[in-house]
Amino acid sequence: MKLPISWINEFVDIKDLPVVEVARLLTSAGLEIDDIRFAGLPLPERDDHGFKVSGIAWEREKLVVAEIRAVEPHPNADRLTLCELFDGETVHSVLTGAPNLYPFKGQGKLPKPLKVAYAKEGATIYDGHAEGLVLTTLKRAKIRGVDSYSMVCSEKELGISDEHEGIIFLDDDAPAGMPLADYMGDAVLEISILPNQARNTSVLGIARELAALTGRALKKPTYELATSGAALTGLVKLEISTPELNPRFMLGLIRNVEIAPSPAWVQRRLRLCGIRAINNVVDATNYTMLEIGEPLHAFDYDVLAARTSGGKVVISTRAARPGEKLTTLDGVERNLTENNVLVCDARGALSLAGVMGGAESEVTASSHSILLEAAAWNFINIRKTANQHNLPSEASYRFSRGIHPALAEAGLKRCLYWMAQWSGGQIAPGIVDNYPLPPQPASVEICPSDIRRALGIEIPLEKVKDMLERLEFTCAWPPTSPDVGDSTSGDVGLRVTAPPIRLDIGAGVIGVADVMEEIARLYGYDNIPETRLADPLPPQRGNPALEAENRVRDSLARLGLQEIITYRMTAPEAENKLLPPGAPRPSLEYVTLANPIAPEKRVLRRSVLASALAIAEKNARQRESLALYEIGAVYIPQGKDLPLEPRRLAIVLNGKRYPAAWDAKVGVKLDFYDLKGILEALMTSLHLGVTYAPAEHPAFHPGKCAAALLGSTPLGVFGELHPQVAENYGFNTPLLAADFDLEAILAALPGGYPIEPVSEYPPILEDIAVIVDEALPADRVEALIRQTGGKLLESARLFDVFRGEQLGAGKKSLAYALVYRSPEGTLTDKDAAGIRSRIIKRLERELDAKLRG
Amino acid sequence: MLEKLNEIEKAALESLAAIADEAALEAWRVANVGRSSPVMSVFSQMGALSKEERPLVGQRANQVKLALEAAFAEKQSALKQAALQQSLASERLDISLPGRPLRAGGLHPATQNLRRILAILAEMGFQVYTSREVESDEYNFQLLNIPPYHPAREMQDTFYIDTGASDEAERQVLRTHTSPGQIRAMRQFSAENPENPPEIRIALPGMVYRFEQITARSEVQFNQVEGLVVGKNITFGDLKGTLAEFVRRMFGRGAKTRFRASYFPFTEPSAEMDVECFVCGGKGCGVCKKSGWLEILGCGMVHPVVLQNGGYDPQKYTGFAFGMGPERQLMLRHKIEDIRYIWGNDLRFLEQFG
Repeated sequence: MKLPISWINEFVDIKDLPVVEVARLLTSAGLEIDDIRFAGLPLPERDDHGFKVSGIAWEREKLVVAEIRAVEPHPNADRLTLCELFDGETVHSVLTGAPNLYPFKGQGKLPKPLKVAYAKEGATIYDGHAEGLVLTTLKRAKIRGVDSYSMVCSEKELGISDEHEGIIFLDDDAPAGMPLADYMGDAVLEISILPNQARNTSVLGIARELAALTGRALKKPTYELATSGAALTGLVKLEISTPELNPRFMLGLIRNVEIAPSPAWVQRRLRLCGIRAINNVVDATNYTMLEIGEPLHAFDYDVLAARTSGGKVVISTRAARPGEKLTTLDGVERNLTENNVLVCDARGALSLAGVMGGAESEVTASSHSILLEAAAWNFINIRKTANQHNLPSEASYRFSRGIHPALAEAGLKRCLYWMAQWSGGQIAPGIVDNYPLPPQPASVEICPSDIRRALGIEIPLEKVKDMLERLEFTCAWPPTSPDVGDSTSGDVGLRVTAPPIRLDIGAGVIGVADVMEEIARLYGYDNIPETRLADPLPPQRGNPALEAENRVRDSLARLGLQEIITYRMTAPEAENKLLPPGAPRPSLEYVTLANPIAPEKRVLRRSVLASALAIAEKNARQRESLALYEIGAVYIPQGKDLPLEPRRLAIVLNGKRYPAAWDAKVGVKLDFYDLKGILEALMTSLHLGVTYAPAEHPAFHPGKCAAALLGSTPLGVFGELHPQVAENYGFNTPLLAADFDLEAILAALPGGYPIEPVSEYPPILEDIAVIVDEALPADRVEALIRQTGGKLLESARLFDVFRGEQLGAGKKSLAYALVYRSPEGTLTDKDAAGIRSRIIKRLERELDAKLRG
Repeated sequence: MLEKLNEIEKAALESLAAIADEAALEAWRVANVGRSSPVMSVFSQMGALSKEERPLVGQRANQVKLALEAAFAEKQSALKQAALQQSLASERLDISLPGRPLRAGGLHPATQNLRRILAILAEMGFQVYTSREVESDEYNFQLLNIPPYHPAREMQDTFYIDTGASDEAERQVLRTHTSPGQIRAMRQFSAENPENPPEIRIALPGMVYRFEQITARSEVQFNQVEGLVVGKNITFGDLKGTLAEFVRRMFGRGAKTRFRASYFPFTEPSAEMDVECFVCGGKGCGVCKKSGWLEILGCGMVHPVVLQNGGYDPQKYTGFAFGMGPERQLMLRHKIEDIRYIWGNDLRFLEQFG
């Protein structure tokens, strides 16, 4: 909401406060100022005020009110005129091309001088012809043979609006020679209105806040009206069918209006607020809405009377009927539904209540009598309707926040007043008011203990009363009686009743909290002292699930992998890249967004690996090796129930095993065993005894894929991705990946683990090589060695796998480095030889192995 | 004879002085202290000497032999030292050549940052509470005092889940904040002892979602960290004191805070907390847009309706809550201008965090 400070100033005197101080006061009280646009008033001297500032100050000496006394044609140009202009001191001849001066051309001395904004030589203003806002300084020049050094200004040139069709005409009483900044210098505050501050969507609301914050007087407008002619009460009848949707509806009538442009200052203010000026009647409704906060609607009374063919005009409000249509003011035919509320007459719908008027009964240049509507609507219904028709209007902006029905009366009267002022019409006596559902005023009792409890400070109730009354709360001491107040603390409470401008104050304990906020706002948040928590320390529960997850993160980072975090939103076809072409597509159910921002982000992911591979693809050109992991949730729909969100772990490896160095240019590529090594190290760090088994998975190379198992529980699958899957992600080198169920891993984490003693005795080291069938998995050999070696075999490490003609076809040699050691004493060679021969015997017998000589 | 020994010694030492390499030194050794060297041959000629001469010559010959051997050892050591010096001098590395790179892993900057915040909160007694990301409308909005069609819903553009439910109240949403966790935590804890629920001091971190176009300034997903304190003596002063202390831990002991009135449906009174710009120290710079202050978090006293919905009697309990955007802090701290870097996962970005 944009409001000029000059307007606010009419209701609370803040002329002495710098604009940025006003902005600071409002911001600290919850009315955040997004932007200050200066149109004439001096800009702040320092730039540490914290607000976005734009616009220009008008130099007092160089920009003044002036009067044009005559408009003469330019000797050499049809489109230019020469104005005889008096700037309060001197008469100048000023050249201008403003089209709105043509009508006065060649009339000689004007009977009534035109008041204008005059920029003298050397004045800095905006260039009216430039795109956007470009500052320019007026210099002396010859235009078509005539001297030019000054100009009369348009609104754009002064930074008031984009208007550059013609020059500004000021009101006739503008004093020539007065600095323009004094006459109409302004600054426009752009204010964010929080959802609970419907009362502040107006100049009066903001002025009330400022009055309360500064302790100054709020000058409320008068609502006294002079009336004449026949009373309205006999001419119209009002019917409200659903008070819950339309708690109040009021009508007023003004006759003999002369539709014309509004006074210059009214138009200027509307434009400063970003609203187009239309005519004196429509402008009055918009002006009053901005001023008081009540949206209003003007009907052409004569059109309505004609529709009733002479009888009483019957205005009714009701829900739209299925299939009903209405063409709104913007010329769009709206298909209505039952949750839209309509204002109707006997012939049909007139307007979409609280949102936008209808085209047929709108005010036109030929309107004479205006029937003015001020009403109250259910804010939820207005919100639904405005959303449904995509019609965010100034009216729905206010009504959808909850405007108090009491404001209808103030708005109606104020608007009739302005209409009469600007259009010369006469207000008919009698206002028609149908008010079936007045809201109950919220009332709570505030005790010093409530303030202590919520804010931690002591504020005397006298001071609270003063603060709240500044916001128009009604405050009363309860009648003295022993049962009043909080008997335990001996508190005497203050009975506080919300003013009839706000619906945001609740009842009971909620109302107390609502009032506490008002007390804190006016007391100043910065004035409440900081305290330390005095409450006992609550149970320190920890978060084992997150702590375990973090152990996995840390382990993988230590193992040289970089963590990534990707978007949860994806598309099924993106996840299908995990399958080679032609592979059957699984029919996975997805959690699907009803309102995705883009088709490629329309579901929540089922695979973390797919997300990680997409990131690997993106980074492939940046690095010669990639080692990435991601830990995060996938989302499994459960119909009407909330989806499951199990966490998974994905790892991606690709490229060179060792980073290239300047003396080591040939890189070995990462392969299956690099990935397995990482997983083994991870499982060791988690103290999980994991086994590995060949596995089949459509995403993986059929011969290079394994499952990790904990007993019989699968933890995940890993290996080299199918070459066609790698190709889907743009890789033509082995792409290694792991897809693990993190929940299964974390569920298996042991609570603790014993640490083995370290033997002080010397080891006996020995190598052993056996020849076995190619098809025999190496881990069976090692398992048998370990089993046979028992406690005295400290370690068995495979250090070579060899294949060669001398071994025979289909054979391989596995060489192990064995370490024998006892925790109890020094082993002899004989001890070692005994173990060795048992190992060899079992290998020969059970695995058909041959000792390699 | 003695004369001869003197000559032998002199000649040997003179030739030794001229030697500059190991091979010549070995030849010298053979020639001068070897078995057939002049001094050794003196010993073999001892029999031809008179009885008086013999001990004198013998003693002198011995002296010469020891002197030559000592000179040899000295020379040998000097040559070795010289050779070492020479080789040290020639083995000069270009230490400016780069070291061999290791494959260093790392945590995502968002993880690092989240941990930092949670570690500080943990020291202040805030235990981490995590909850689901796909939520019911009830938990994300209604129980937090945001009824259907409430104007506050416009503060949070929401992703809805397509479940076929048409009624707004029945819909599933991607949580727009971690606040539904407040209700889940309060309900869980109050169920433990409904008559006298335990005090609460928790931090609620996690990914939240907003219906926004992805631009340099806005994202569809980001982390949030909320804090919730509930007890029998919790005041707005405690809120200010606790958050000011958190900020001093997070941004430095000198960090100043300022509280402004604001509105959140689930707190009242509500506030925005600004921190004096840690880039310029409040003088005004590009990061704080010359204001000297950075908007860091929203907070307030827990709304009575929220306490009630969590199973805590608002007549007995009060509390405060706060919420902040860790990624925003990360961006401010490292002067990151474009939020899309965070989930872009470009290694050139990630690896800068180490």
